[in-house]
Amino acid sequence: MRLHGIRVAHKKHTADCAPERLAVPQYVTIPMSMHIGKPASIAIHKGEDVKVGQLIGEADGFVSSNIHASVSGEVRQISEILNAHGQKIPCVVIQADGKQTLYDKLTPPVVTDFESFVRAVKESGVVGLGGAGFPSFVKLNVYNLSAVEAVVINAAECEPYITSDTRTMIDKAEYVFKGIEAIRRFMGVKRFIIGIENNKQEAIQRMQTLAAQSEGVEVHVLPALYPQGGEKVLVYHTMGRVIPKGGLPLDVGAVVINVTTLAFIAEYLETGKPLVEKCLTVDGSAVKTPKNVIAPIGMSIRDVIEAAGGLKCEPAKVLYGGPMMGITVPDMDEPVLKNTNALIFMDKKEATPPKTTACIGCGACAAHCPFRLDPRAIARAYRLGDGAALKTLCVDLCMECGCCSYVCPAHRPLVQTNILGKGKLKEYLFSQQAQQKQETKARQRKDIQEKQAKEAKP
Amino acid sequence: MSKLISSVSPHFFTQRTTRFIMLDVIIALLPAAIASVWHFGWRSLLVIGVCVAGCVVSEFLFEKLCHRDNTVGDLSAIVTGLLLAYNLPVSIPLWQAVFGSVVAVIVVKQLFGGIGQNFANPAITARIVMMVAFSGSMTNWVYDGTLKMPDAVSSATPLAAAAKGTVSMMPSYLDLFLGRHAGCLGETCALALLLGGIYLLVRRVITWHTPVCYIATVAVMSLLCGKDALYQVLSGGLLLGAIFMATDYATTPSTKWGKVIFGCGCGLITILIRFWGNLPEGVSFSILIMNIFTPYIAKLTRSKPLTGGVKP
Repeated sequence: MRLHGIRVAHKKHTADCAPERLAVPQYVTIPMSMHIGKPASIAIHKGEDVKVGQLIGEADGFVSSNIHASVSGEVRQISEILNAHGQKIPCVVIQADGKQTLYDKLTPPVVTDFESFVRAVKESGVVGLGGAGFPSFVKLNVYNLSAVEAVVINAAECEPYITSDTRTMIDKAEYVFKGIEAIRRFMGVKRFIIGIENNKQEAIQRMQTLAAQSEGVEVHVLPALYPQGGEKVLVYHTMGRVIPKGGLPLDVGAVVINVTTLAFIAEYLETGKPLVEKCLTVDGSAVKTPKNVIAPIGMSIRDVIEAAGGLKCEPAKVLYGGPMMGITVPDMDEPVLKNTNALIFMDKKEATPPKTTACIGCGACAAHCPFRLDPRAIARAYRLGDGAALKTLCVDLCMECGCCSYVCPAHRPLVQTNILGKGKLKEYLFSQQAQQKQETKARQRKDIQEKQAKEAKP
Repeated sequence: MSKLISSVSPHFFTQRTTRFIMLDVIIALLPAAIASVWHFGWRSLLVIGVCVAGCVVSEFLFEKLCHRDNTVGDLSAIVTGLLLAYNLPVSIPLWQAVFGSVVAVIVVKQLFGGIGQNFANPAITARIVMMVAFSGSMTNWVYDGTLKMPDAVSSATPLAAAAKGTVSMMPSYLDLFLGRHAGCLGETCALALLLGGIYLLVRRVITWHTPVCYIATVAVMSLLCGKDALYQVLSGGLLLGAIFMATDYATTPSTKWGKVIFGCGCGLITILIRFWGNLPEGVSFSILIMNIFTPYIAKLTRSKPLTGGVKP
């Protein structure tokens, strides 16, 4: 059986545009947090000269990531930047000298076994490039390697507009398979599944041709049904297994890795050049010429769009990522991040959210939820502050794909309410735990009292 | 520089708004309107116009009075008006049609909170109120088979004829299919209603579950009771009810199995009323009664979240 989803307009205008490298900007602003986890600690000083690929931020803590200079030049400033999530993040501002001299100590890593493989991935500074930004070495550092039955390579790219993964599969197809070989060698995995939506024929052909020469690699052509690239959806459609609520793909024997991340890892093993630039799709109704570009990490959005051909009109909304799950950018000075796979510039018409009207009870939200949740019931439970109902309705299963909000004919903020509902559920579970603790304490106290009374009696 | 909009994803929305859905329903109801003019003359257009205008004006005035957002633009009042008119005989006095519109929109819909909040189908409830209030004019069936209306003779509906056993007044299958018999404005022409139903299915406004289960239950039960199944299906308000009223979003379950239960329940009650009740027709009551069960059916048939069991 297929999970539900929605048919959104693909808008893959840039699928045939080979990425063009943008000219080096004058300044780059590199935040110390472009990943899930703890921000990296700054490893350089103001006024220092840096080269491309030089370490400027060191992974701090278990879930964190290394950060490297994306241009050669002088560190002008170490300050803070307000990111798209509203957090203040330390950042390094580098004035580029335009020469792009490579750091001379960059050498291909020596990888001989699993441990050195994970170390190399960590040193490359790579994070989930599909958009999640989870440090890849943490994901690949599997505690029990024998539990991994298959590696699922996420090449679905189900968001409208974005084609950067498509370009990876076309332009860097051999690196995808070198990455597969590396994982086969160092992790001992035998089965590889590449999941691609059927709207990328050229990429599918490339992958199929190469898969025929490689052992144990299957190309799964999936229907173009958003959110096909959601981790749980992809594992369900390729392996037929349901990742349990609150669990990881590993619980069902899978490791899911984005295709661009995998190709990058292979490239790093070969060249030793860390993650300093990113291929991204520049598109949207406000963009003059949609295209794919390669931009140094830390380049401001303003510089990117100017170098990429400019805007038709003043944008009303700018997104990191696609229109279904992308994050709005507070202003155009925000930098390109490691996990930025697209910049979408929307004009006023495309950006203005439609007016919310009353729910007509059509049930489209529930009928399109991949996880079969009932957003209408969740919204009601949230409104009533009913934590127990939120628990039975499994609001914490929601992956915030936005199908419900997309299909709602009344344009109700359903996924937004789900997010609020998750917070409410957490609150409820905490209060329940506290209550339980109190009850146990009271019971213990009572037991002790009774014991004492018994001992005192005779 | 102008400020950028910050908002939570998604940033893409379907074009299928409430208004689009209602527009589709209106389009699907049009063949029946044409058929009603063909069978009952131009006065049917007058009745339809009065009902639609009555519903729209009631909605507009009530919302103005209560300082609510104006929802006339979502076109749902027009759908209610059309459905109400289709449930009235062509000879209905116009003031009674206006009264029905006011009951449908204000009492059944707006007093419960407006679109989506009402628990009962406005058009059906208004029809039942009118049947009780104006039983004479509500059962004053006229049909003379020509386009001239005013001096038409009173006649019986096919169901009334069948109930009384007056075989001579029972129309043929073809007449039933084309709607050449006495009855309410929009319910007689099976062909027009089926066309509308197919349009709604193609446009995915409704699913097949409710209408098919409803009609199939009626057919099977008729056979079991030794009656003419085809005659039972084609006569009365069954098709109008099954396709357009038992599929109303707000007042019927939205899950697949919920729709199956709803349709079968409606079919069963219709048969009970038709064969053993005092009234010749039971579609309205069956849908109203099942409307009351809707929240319970919805709760019973809610889909199970895909949790994949407990985390190992």
